[in-house]
Amino acid sequence: MKRYESWTRQPKVNHQTIVPLHWRDELPDLSQFDKLVLPFGLGRSYGDSCLNEHGILLDVTGLNQFIAFDEETGILRCEGGVSIEEILKMIVPRGWFVPVTAGTKYVSVGGAIANDVHGKNHHTAGTFGCHIPQFELWRSDRGRVICSPTENKELYEATIGGLGLTGVILWADIQLKRIPTPFIDMECIKFRTIDEFFDLSEDSHERYHYTVSWVDCLAQEPQLGRGLFTRGNFYDPPLGAKKEPRALPMIPMPIDLPSYAVNPLTVKLFNELYYNKQLRKKIGGVIHYNPFFYPLDAINDWYKVYGKAGFLQYQFVIPYKETREPIKEIFRRIAKSGQGSPLVVFKTFGDIKSPGMLSFPRPGVTLALDFAFRGEKTLKLLDELDRIVFENGGALYPAKDARMSGASFRASYPRWEEFADYMDPKFSSSFWRRVTSS
Amino acid sequence: MLKILVIGATSLIAQETIRHFAADGAEFFLVGLSADKLKMIQDDLLVRGAKQVSTYELDLTRLDKHQELVDTAMETLGVIDAVLVAHGTLTDQKAAEQNVDITLRELNINFLSAVSLLTILANIFEEQKRGVIAVISSVAGDRGRGSNYVYGTAMGAKSIFLQGLRNRLAKSNVTVLTVKPGFVDTPMTAHLKKNPLYSDPRRVGKAIYDAMKSERDILYVPFFWMFIMMIIRNIPERIFKKLSL
Repeated sequence: MKRYESWTRQPKVNHQTIVPLHWRDELPDLSQFDKLVLPFGLGRSYGDSCLNEHGILLDVTGLNQFIAFDEETGILRCEGGVSIEEILKMIVPRGWFVPVTAGTKYVSVGGAIANDVHGKNHHTAGTFGCHIPQFELWRSDRGRVICSPTENKELYEATIGGLGLTGVILWADIQLKRIPTPFIDMECIKFRTIDEFFDLSEDSHERYHYTVSWVDCLAQEPQLGRGLFTRGNFYDPPLGAKKEPRALPMIPMPIDLPSYAVNPLTVKLFNELYYNKQLRKKIGGVIHYNPFFYPLDAINDWYKVYGKAGFLQYQFVIPYKETREPIKEIFRRIAKSGQGSPLVVFKTFGDIKSPGMLSFPRPGVTLALDFAFRGEKTLKLLDELDRIVFENGGALYPAKDARMSGASFRASYPRWEEFADYMDPKFSSSFWRRVTSS
Repeated sequence: MLKILVIGATSLIAQETIRHFAADGAEFFLVGLSADKLKMIQDDLLVRGAKQVSTYELDLTRLDKHQELVDTAMETLGVIDAVLVAHGTLTDQKAAEQNVDITLRELNINFLSAVSLLTILANIFEEQKRGVIAVISSVAGDRGRGSNYVYGTAMGAKSIFLQGLRNRLAKSNVTVLTVKPGFVDTPMTAHLKKNPLYSDPRRVGKAIYDAMKSERDILYVPFFWMFIMMIIRNIPERIFKKLSL
């Protein structure tokens, strides 16, 4: 039986009803419902943006048909409930890949648009929403509406990153990218300090489509922000070489989590081992796209390692071009607190602008990490981090948030009022009510 | 490549099954009630890799049209390697108890229409001496219960018909697969309250695909229903009749 909860299973909320959608030509009249509605896909959002307490969830995973695929242009049209996994299964053998992917392939196309997801190629490709030439919405007030950069432009921009609040995404066109093989030619490079990280980033951005780093969050100065920098491109075998290289069983992200409780000692031990898993400064090889993009998908329900109390996911972006002091200060605070898990993703965003009004990525550096939930102690640390993020022009990622204040949201997403004009009057979410009421 | 006739193609379980065959490059002849929905399934299968997809609109309770349907399918496909029979409705038991027309209509949709089609198809398969006939029945046909015995009767009768057909066609090297799903989360059960025994139609579709490929006889899906039904079948009638099931 499907659970209608967020990925962290927090907060716990009740929904009045779940309404499954199956056929795009047989949709319920949304205006008949007496409660507000919200589309729900595969439930990979971490906070309350996929929840609608006391309201109605429209389960869109039944909208899972492909509609057309033009192998000349690489434009795929599919329904909003199709998952990235289904798409990859179909397109990779034909030499295509999704233009942008989040860290899990178990997200729906509608969810990827509504959260305007980003990936390791943000610096070269922007967000998922940058590759959606058009889509169709189902709204309570206007019925079916086609949106594109030239047709209903404002609604198009509101829907990308619009957290599912502008209507149900019935189908979308996705501009896929050509790939020579399903393998990634990658390198993993150790960096001893955060400044080395920035140097590596700068040095890699032109030559590597995909970059991402792991950071030892517990390391203190002089090794503050030490970690592993991963960069790669799709493997294009030299003429005459075999198409299928001998893939290295190499895993660029820490997934070998201990199955018992995550605590400061185990994390410290793990980080030490993980940082030193490669003795050389640089290692490289060819790896299948699955472990490269989706290391955590290999472990079902990995969040269970955090035990009953669960965890919080925290992701922010903060500018760094003028001063790197704020991000350093954040690392200092986390290291000092002894909190934070080994699962850390660190990356610089590029300056490709998304069409989305409420899109999260912006030029700067982004850090995503988990905190095993330890009550007040954890919340206090996050409040401290919030302060540094917001004072320095940063923002938090709504898809991963269950706690930022309404004032912070409104300050860091200044187009929220303009966005609200394009919301479907029948749509709402726990997240939206939270950040617009307090 | 496989050529497959799909009866009741708009059934979600059927769709989830044939998507796998589409990825293998199969060719389809889809039969269903709604031309619009058949067109959507056709598009979906073609993107997934189907070589060719034809559609045929028919109300399957029109038994007099079955011969024409099978003839057209044969003409279009040339040969039928496999047939999947998946049409049906979930009977409103309470309504059927009060109205004999409803009861007979349900038996017609869920049992007689399958008998009619399978009688015609069996002879084709018997002659070609190969192929797979897969029919979706239900665990509901394993024992009559007060809450759904009209539907159960149709499913039980269908299962027995298939047993006999299997016995007959085994001599001709033809596989007859009886699929017995438990509770599946589909539009057919959308109005019912869900419990933890409900399973994902994707999982059911994959299991049917695997069973058709490996030429199984009977498939309980998910498999644990085999054990549940074993217990249910073995409760003595004098106890069973007092249970509210």
